[in-house]
Amino acid sequence: MRWSAPRLPSRSTVSKVLMDGNSAIAEAAIRAGLRCYFGYPITPQNELTEYMAMHLGRKKGCTFLQAESEVAAINMVYGASLVGARAMTSSSSPGISLKQEGISYLAACELPAVIVNMQRGGPGLGSIAAAQSDYFQATRGGGHGDYRTIVLGPSSVQELADMTMRAFDLADKYKIPVMILGDGVLGQMKEPVEFKREAPEITPTREGTLQGAGGGASRIVKTFTSNPSELEEINWSLFRRYQLIKKNETTWDTYMTDDARLVVVAYGIAARIARGAIKSLRAKGLKVGLFRPVTLWPFPDEPLRELVKNVRQLLVFEMNMGQMIEDVQLALAGKGEVSFYGRPGGVIPAPDEVGRVMSRLYYQKGLK
Amino acid sequence: MTDKTSAIRMVKGTIVISFEFCKGCELCVTFCPKHVISLSDRINAAGYPTATLINNGQCTGCAICALVCPEVAIEVYRE
Amino acid sequence: MKLIYTRPESLKKAAFHYCPGCGHSVAHRLVCEVIDEMELRGRTIGIPPPGCSVFAYNYFDVDMAESAHGRGAAVATGIKRACPGIIVFTYQGDGDLAGIGTAETIHAANRGENITTIFINNAVYGMTGGQMAPTTLSGMKTTTTPYGRDPATEGRPMRMSEMLAPLEGVAYIERVAISSPANIRKAKKAIARAFRMQIDNRGFSMVEILSPCPTNWKMTPVQSWKWVEEEMTRVFPPGVYKDVTEPENAG
Repeated sequence: MRWSAPRLPSRSTVSKVLMDGNSAIAEAAIRAGLRCYFGYPITPQNELTEYMAMHLGRKKGCTFLQAESEVAAINMVYGASLVGARAMTSSSSPGISLKQEGISYLAACELPAVIVNMQRGGPGLGSIAAAQSDYFQATRGGGHGDYRTIVLGPSSVQELADMTMRAFDLADKYKIPVMILGDGVLGQMKEPVEFKREAPEITPTREGTLQGAGGGASRIVKTFTSNPSELEEINWSLFRRYQLIKKNETTWDTYMTDDARLVVVAYGIAARIARGAIKSLRAKGLKVGLFRPVTLWPFPDEPLRELVKNVRQLLVFEMNMGQMIEDVQLALAGKGEVSFYGRPGGVIPAPDEVGRVMSRLYYQKGLK
Repeated sequence: MTDKTSAIRMVKGTIVISFEFCKGCELCVTFCPKHVISLSDRINAAGYPTATLINNGQCTGCAICALVCPEVAIEVYRE
Repeated sequence: MKLIYTRPESLKKAAFHYCPGCGHSVAHRLVCEVIDEMELRGRTIGIPPPGCSVFAYNYFDVDMAESAHGRGAAVATGIKRACPGIIVFTYQGDGDLAGIGTAETIHAANRGENITTIFINNAVYGMTGGQMAPTTLSGMKTTTTPYGRDPATEGRPMRMSEMLAPLEGVAYIERVAISSPANIRKAKKAIARAFRMQIDNRGFSMVEILSPCPTNWKMTPVQSWKWVEEEMTRVFPPGVYKDVTEPENAG
């Protein structure tokens, strides 16, 4: 074997283990009671698929299957979710584009599922290096129809693990597809990680799913209808649920914003880079901080509005041409001053590069 | 000998065609070996001329009409 | 007089929306008769496609779930892998299976997924108004081949049964025709054999059903059944193309 998946020495004794992000997602998913994983090879997330082949494939009652395409994989997830299994697929940007139709069907039929996108440079075949250029696709719903998916933006291997487990719980709780929006760096980098759950012996089956009609009435899972007002009602009921999700599940993180005069808004790996820059600028006495959306949908707009009450200058930093900045501008509706710094295509700027942009802005605006 | 064969009584059968389900496709009319079904001028709610059993005595209950009926509109009875 | 023939139990008491003479109607009844006779109603899930038979869930009284166009085999794979005890059948048209869904179909067959596919081949895209399908015959007029399908530009009709049969994961493939009482009886036997293969976990099973489409062929129902009997069977010869239980009678 060219490469062997990291094997946990033993589940109970060791709490932390050094692991790459892709494998950590897979291990966390197994511990969250995943029953079916359907994947397809694409860099930079292959370690996730390989880990599943190594560890889920052998687990009693579970299924690992490499599908013939990302389109097939997402539809296999749809099938497994129909019958109550916790199901998941993972891919990277081009593959996620192929899954959008399937995600729209999952959203329409209120079927929980977890979809992992370890982003890479785009558009087109793009690059295999990390980027954040699928933000619009992820948060605006990349498929057809009015629907949303919950989108989580982890920025460490530990968060990849924790958010994978949270993703399965959110998906089942709200009967909605949940996307983990990571990237190639997070997937490939290794950090110590602790898994806060043991894998269940028998993977759970969700209540109220198709199992064959038994002796009773048969059931139908569909949204197709020749009566538009029937479909309208489905849309209204989904959107009532989306409001509930926004109210209950919106999460964000702040770092050194209490006395900050300039705050960077960034998520995922970009937030990690920004933290590095903030540490070094703080050492030089600059009052800078970080506001980090964790749920990318629902976007933390209220907390951002709170922040701008006492911090006028915001610098949105993304590894793309500027996508999340639109959510920031929507949230602030003109309040505060929002600047942007972006590096697309898979380029990974070093902290001091971002630090220089921040300090130039800091002094231009005469911040003390 | 011949009268012995003719003495074998023909099995008696009949059919009931659902007036509402029939779409007048004439497949039963075509395939009925005894040609005892034909379209009538009774139009159902959907606007289709409906099929009907015309010569009740001849039906043997072979069920070919029901076999070919797309609308599952025909019930077959046999002695 | 004893009632000897009536509507199968697992076929809901609803009038079909299908056109007069449509093959879907007969195929639905045959599948339901097999489900009744093999007592599968309680443990079966059906996957209808987008297409004329998207409303199959208004007729099949078994658990049903819609699938995206062409993805039936993948959805069925997901179900069967998650719950092997469930009997799964996909019900797909020629556009769905031989057009957009070829990859999913070929790979489910190649993996030997224990699912049954009812493949309705009526040589057109019916629901959308009669466009050319992968199985449209050469020279056949459709709304997108108004001058007749030209092999030089649109290729020739695809024979899916012959294409899939060599795949080792395939346990059973038979092509039948809804064109006459005798052929309908054969179709029902084929459907029963296909479900038997799934029950016995032998691998992928498919019944390709040549099916009349009077409206889009611009024929009367009787003419369309005749056309299936005489024209379609020449391009799509009925027969058993794979049967792992009795290899010798494969065509």
